[in-house]
Amino acid sequence: MPSLKDLRNRISSVKATQKITKAMQMVAAAKLRRAQSAAEAARPYAERMESVLANLASGVTAGGPALLAGNGNDDTHLLIVATAERGLCGAFNSSIVRLAREHIARLQDQGKTVKILCVGKKGYEQLRRQYERNIIELIELRGVKQIGFDNADEIGKKIIRMFEEGGFDVATLFFSRFKSVIAQIPTAQQIIPAQIPSNENASAVEGPQPCYEYEPGQDEILSTLLPRNISVQVFRALLENAASEQGARMSAMDNATRNAGEMIRKQTTLYNRSRQAMITKELIEIISGAEAL
Amino acid sequence: MAAFHFELVSPEKHLFSGDVESVVAPGADGQFTVLKDHAPVMTTLKAGVVTVAGGDGKVEKLFVRGGFADVNASGFTILAEQAIPLAEIDPAKVDADIQDAREDIADAKSDEARLAASDKLAQLQELRAAIGG
Repeated sequence: MPSLKDLRNRISSVKATQKITKAMQMVAAAKLRRAQSAAEAARPYAERMESVLANLASGVTAGGPALLAGNGNDDTHLLIVATAERGLCGAFNSSIVRLAREHIARLQDQGKTVKILCVGKKGYEQLRRQYERNIIELIELRGVKQIGFDNADEIGKKIIRMFEEGGFDVATLFFSRFKSVIAQIPTAQQIIPAQIPSNENASAVEGPQPCYEYEPGQDEILSTLLPRNISVQVFRALLENAASEQGARMSAMDNATRNAGEMIRKQTTLYNRSRQAMITKELIEIISGAEAL
Repeated sequence: MAAFHFELVSPEKHLFSGDVESVVAPGADGQFTVLKDHAPVMTTLKAGVVTVAGGDGKVEKLFVRGGFADVNASGFTILAEQAIPLAEIDPAKVDADIQDAREDIADAKSDEARLAASDKLAQLQELRAAIGG
C-alpha cells in the first residue's frame, strides 16, 4: 500500500508529463497545418509533371534514356528510406522501416544486392542494427525547418549521379503518404526506371494524342525532364513525410495526454480513498479509546 | 480576343491559374507568344520573364528560373523551377546576390563549382535586367 506522499508524488509527476505531451500535441498541430499546406501546394506541380512525362513517354518508341527504360539490369537495388529526424510520433518511423525491411528481405531472397540510402536519422538507427553493411549514406535534414525544393534537388542529383556511375539498377523510394491526421500510409515508389502512369485514360477522353512540336528536340527535353522528375518525386515524398510525421505525432501525443488524464483520475481516486480510510481509522481509534474509559 | 487556360506552377507553389489572352514565355530557343489555339508545343525554358495578359487588360509579369512549357489542346502549362512575381522582387537584394555570385565564381575551386556559380550569375543578371531600375 503506497503512502499518501507516494501517491501525491505520483500524481504530480503524471501531471507534469501530461503538460508536456499536451504542449507537444499543440506544437505538432501547428506544424501539421504548415506541412499540410506545403504538401498540397506541391501536388499540382508533381501532377502536371506526371502528365507531361506521360505525354512524352508515349511518344518514345523502343528504349529511350536509361532513367526511363532502365539500364537493362535488375541486380542492384537502391532503397531510399525517408523517415523523421525525431521520435515520439507513434508508429510513424517503424511502419516505414517495416515496409523497407520486408522489401529488403524479399530482394535478398532473390539474391539481389541491396543498398540503402537513409534520409532522416530515425530510420537509420532502426536499420543500422540489421543492415549496417548495406547502408551507404545517411542524409540528415535536422537543421532544415521547412523542406525546400533545393534539399530534394540535392538528394535527387546524388541519386542520379550514383545511377550514372552504375551504383545501382533500380531505385525505390520509401515514405509515408499523408492521408489524414489519423491515417498515414507507408508507401514504396519506384523512381528509377521511372514509372509512367498509363496514359490510356487520358487518350480515351481526348481522342488521338495531338502531334507535338518539340523545341529543342524530344530527346533533349526528355533528358532534362527525367532528372527533374526524380527530384520532384523526392520533394513530394519529403513533404508528404513531413505532414505525416506531424500528423502521427499529433495523434500519438493526443493519446498520451488522454492516457495521462486517465492515470491521474485513477490515482486521485486511490489517493482520496486511502486518505478517507486513514481518517476513519483514526476516528475509530479515538472513539473506541473513549468508550474503554 | 479569345481566352485560353494558363497555369504556372513551381514545386513549392501554384502561382497562376486562369483564363488569359496571351502569354509570352522565354523559350530555350527564343521568346515565344502563345495565343488561343496554339499548336501543341513542348519546350524547355530559360531564365526570364513570363508576361501574362489577362482578358481585362491586366498584365502580370513573373520571373521564372528555367523549367518546361507545355502547350496542348487543354491549355498552356508552365512547370517552372522557381517562379516569383516581379512585383515581389527587391532590386537591392538581387544586386547583393549578384555580388555574391561574382565572389562565388572568384572563389570557386573546381570547374564544376565555377560552372554552377556562373550559371547562377547569368540567371541573376537576367532577373536584374528584367526588373530594370
